[in-house]
Amino acid sequence: MNSIKFLYAAYIATWTIHALYIGSLVRRYSRLRRQMKDLGK
Amino acid sequence: MSSFWSITLATLAKDIRLEWRSKDALNAMLFFSLLVVVIFMFSFDPLAEESRHIVGGLVWVAFLFAAVVALNQTWARELRNQVLDAYRVSPASANSLFLAKALGNFILVSLLEALMAPLFVVFYNLRPLGPAWQLIPVALLGTWALVVNGTFFAAMSLRTRSRELMLPLLLFPVSIPAVISMVAATTNILTGEDSAHFYIVLLLTYDVVFTTACLALFETVLQAE
Amino acid sequence: MKKAFPILAVLTAVLLAYAFYQAMFVAPTDAMQGDVYRIIYYHVPSAWTAFLLFFINFVASVQYLANAKPSTQRAAKWIVIAIGVAGAIAPFIPQVRQQLPTGMYPSSVATTAIIIAGLYFLVGRYFPGQSLDLLAVTTAEVGVVFCTIVLITGPIWARPVWGIWWAPGDIRLTSTLVLWLIYVSYLVLRRFSDSAQTQKLAAVLAVFGALDVPLVYFSIWFFRTQHPQPVIGGGGSIDPGMLHVLLISWMAFLCFAFLVCWSRYGLEKLRREVEEAEALESLLEPAGHAAPSSKAKIPLSRGSR
Repeated sequence: MNSIKFLYAAYIATWTIHALYIGSLVRRYSRLRRQMKDLGK
Repeated sequence: MSSFWSITLATLAKDIRLEWRSKDALNAMLFFSLLVVVIFMFSFDPLAEESRHIVGGLVWVAFLFAAVVALNQTWARELRNQVLDAYRVSPASANSLFLAKALGNFILVSLLEALMAPLFVVFYNLRPLGPAWQLIPVALLGTWALVVNGTFFAAMSLRTRSRELMLPLLLFPVSIPAVISMVAATTNILTGEDSAHFYIVLLLTYDVVFTTACLALFETVLQAE
Repeated sequence: MKKAFPILAVLTAVLLAYAFYQAMFVAPTDAMQGDVYRIIYYHVPSAWTAFLLFFINFVASVQYLANAKPSTQRAAKWIVIAIGVAGAIAPFIPQVRQQLPTGMYPSSVATTAIIIAGLYFLVGRYFPGQSLDLLAVTTAEVGVVFCTIVLITGPIWARPVWGIWWAPGDIRLTSTLVLWLIYVSYLVLRRFSDSAQTQKLAAVLAVFGALDVPLVYFSIWFFRTQHPQPVIGGGGSIDPGMLHVLLISWMAFLCFAFLVCWSRYGLEKLRREVEEAEALESLLEPAGHAAPSSKAKIPLSRGSR
């Protein structure tokens, strides 16, 4: 059935968005840690 | 109470006088409004059977663009000469400044609408099939809805980067229920297919709710460093 | 507290996997839509989570503004208590009970009112002072993420079932869109605002947004009565087997949202610490040029633009 593709698309889209957001959090974290270390010097 | 209104009206009179002395900005806005109507006329075929159904939307989108142009210059004069700082330390109520600005914008935007509306009537051969008098409360309430929030958000945008972009960005989402109501009401009146009564009541509710909110919170925004 | 994070993360992952299993294999197949309806187990919990987060943002914003002065703080507390008490008692009064729309039980209205009041005081208790603003930023951003998912899974679901991606009269999806727009503009304001009072301005915007939502709902609702359109996501009652899985799914996503919020909250705290440290450093720097940093912003002059 063709419509099952939409089910997969929805689930993949959901987790892609979550992954992208968490990835951006991780990136921001590491950048801040680096800045904190630079300031500590 | 009377001093509140006298300050409001005095500020409003000052703004009108200043604007009248050099009509550059006003003329530019009038011409912009004309251009918007012409562009719409070329983009949306006036001779199509369905044009009566979409004109309500076109008119209000055109008014919205004109309103944003007018709103963007609301506080420009105050910023240039530190007038805003003077207002902050003066004992005058912040709300009298807000109302003066909002009323000034209301007059300005109404002027622009008064120019654009006849053009739409001409280009689209409009003849309302419903009760035409209802267009007046729709226009008044709708314009106030855009202007009251627009003046408020213009003040909020003062200390942001890309100030001119910030205003429509903040204004449009919050204005959506008002825009839906304005457009639907106008369409209903023009096509005569349904009653605009509910939308007029909703616009009135919107205006009351947000005028109250603006008056309650403007002091906070004005005092923002 | 930090040590709990990895354990909770593992537990949440297990819960999400369990919810996925339930959604895909255990929940009964819909008679009309077939298996594609299972999108509901991601679409609806994301919506409920987003709305909860936005509501917490609203509560935090109101408190932040009210806490500016002790008088308004006290007034706000009493108003919330009044709402809680009135909301708990009113639905049971016969005249009011008749006004309730069909399907809305008085007990659920009462519980909701009590939860709203309780949430206000919980937030006030556990997030004093500046942390209120941290909570506001966190819930706004994570709320937008979940709301984006709602707006993407919605049309994906609608297309195979109704043949259209979007129906402007679909009251739920359109209201969600407006809510998303309001909170994206909230985040943009936060990003673009240079003022030292950004937090207050953002809180004001959140209040405006909250006032707007019921008006949006009514305007679309009436629009729909004049222009009947399909309701994406289906109305009407739901099979108890499906409801069971829906709730499990929601619990899993709530735990997940909690962890994401926790991370975002910590990130924001760190960001502010770094900002403060940088500002301090550029203040203490002798006449020489301070290390260029995009984050250091001290509002020393007005109208600098």
